[in-house]
Amino acid sequence: MEKYVQVENVQMTFDTKKGPFVALRDINLNIAQGEFITLIGHSGCGKSTLLNLVAGLTVPSTGAMLCAGREIAGPGPERGVVFQNHSLLPWLTCFENVHLAVERVFARTENSAAMKKRTQEALALVGLTHAEHKYPHEISGGMKQRVGIARALSMQPKVLLMDEPFGALDALTRAHLQDELMKIAAETQSTVIMVTHDVDEAVLLSDRIVMMTNGPAATIGEILAVNLPRPRERLALANNPKYHEYRGAVLDFLYRRQLRPAA
Amino acid sequence: MSAIRVTNECLKIIMPDSETVVTSKRLSAVASVEKIESGKGNPGRIRQMAGDAIKWLLPPALGLALFIGIWALVAQTTPTLPGPMKTWASAVELFSDPFYQKGPNDQGIGWNILASLHRVAIGFGMAAAIGIPLGFMIGRFKFLNAMTAPIISLLRPVSPLAWLPIGLLVFKAANPAAIWVIFISAIWPMIINTAVGVNRIPQDYMNVAKVLNLSEWKIFTKILFPAVLPYMITGIRLSIGVAWLVIVAAEMLTGGVGIGFWVWDEWNNLNVEHIIIAIFIVGIVGLLLEQMLVLLAKRFSYE
Repeated sequence: MEKYVQVENVQMTFDTKKGPFVALRDINLNIAQGEFITLIGHSGCGKSTLLNLVAGLTVPSTGAMLCAGREIAGPGPERGVVFQNHSLLPWLTCFENVHLAVERVFARTENSAAMKKRTQEALALVGLTHAEHKYPHEISGGMKQRVGIARALSMQPKVLLMDEPFGALDALTRAHLQDELMKIAAETQSTVIMVTHDVDEAVLLSDRIVMMTNGPAATIGEILAVNLPRPRERLALANNPKYHEYRGAVLDFLYRRQLRPAA
Repeated sequence: MSAIRVTNECLKIIMPDSETVVTSKRLSAVASVEKIESGKGNPGRIRQMAGDAIKWLLPPALGLALFIGIWALVAQTTPTLPGPMKTWASAVELFSDPFYQKGPNDQGIGWNILASLHRVAIGFGMAAAIGIPLGFMIGRFKFLNAMTAPIISLLRPVSPLAWLPIGLLVFKAANPAAIWVIFISAIWPMIINTAVGVNRIPQDYMNVAKVLNLSEWKIFTKILFPAVLPYMITGIRLSIGVAWLVIVAAEMLTGGVGIGFWVWDEWNNLNVEHIIIAIFIVGIVGLLLEQMLVLLAKRFSYE
């Protein structure tokens, strides 16, 4: 298997007032190009910490991390991040929010007309051409999250990192965006790493599900390969015994083997 | 078949009734629409608007009336304090010619107000020009924050007028000394609020900046400045308030032309009506300055 994103022996220790806190230990993960990976686990298991490490927002205490053969030393445009709470700048329109990212990556090589086109294409990809000139407070939560995805995609990242991108949305909007994300990921051949706490979401979207043990000192408990054919149809999967098998396996891991007292 | 026949019959029986029900409903709907439409320019609607206006105006009007009533009562019992009527008459006279000039110490009330506003504008402007960038730097760099924190906490609570002698000593003139006092008392709220604003920028925005790898200049123009703007405007508002508070006291001590000096001059003339008028003027100008900045703040508030 081609190793596109490599995480080797990574340990993450935070300094707190009570002394060092080991959040992650012995993390080893190789991700191939075009793969869709979800990280799942109970809250506090360090899945967001792992994502932030790949994003370059934090630096691991020990261990090595590579993306496309180069060491991850900080955030870079080859790794687009979609935040949990959209994180759009409220004083910029949807267009300007996306354009800020486009500008950063393509200003040296492209003229302003080409960058404008790129911005519009990114918004069109998530179906938001009509909301281009609206401000974030004028659109719904689902639309905001889509602008966040457009912003990340507009940089043409090699890897798309998503931190519970649909966590704050209602079930219907979430399902809709999951379907769109699957389509976009297939179209753009993106490598995706996504943090989730939703078992159905994980099984529906993933090629592999990385299940993490409980913190502190969390690590990867098990990796489940999901061999369901693509494109996947939410409704068809509901009657697919393999789907339920995978779902059962994740639930078993989360609620039998990693059950934690109500936190 | 029989079931159908029954329903048909039922329908026949029901139809006339339901029709009448429908039509009557329609009629009432039409009637209510007419009511609403005719409501425009109708006495009923005007009456309602007038009622709203009264509800909105009544409490402040009542408060003012009470205030003037108490003032009149107190004036009745203290012969040296002029009552509302006397003050009003004096104000009408005063404002009939606000821009006369009879020598350096006797100028119209308009000139006095403008002179004070002019000083406030210069002192406040310089305070903003230095305080706001300083606030940004203190908020952005922890080292600078730690460095300036003791100085700010030491100097901020000092009464503005305590700075006046220093101003007189350094500038050797009354006017720059007054401006200096405005400057030194108006600068703190702007430094502190701007710095707090920079500190309170949501981590999300800074994460966006990091992930997008924005340049320092882009971070400043696209994230820092717009995010801090509401805090900055609050600082400016507080500063303007302080500046306008302080100018009266500073001018009383330094003399020249200005509303504070005018108050002192009228005290020396024992013209108490004019002192009361000055109090109202100071209050109203302060209120206007405040409202201007509230409007500005509304323009720059997001969500």
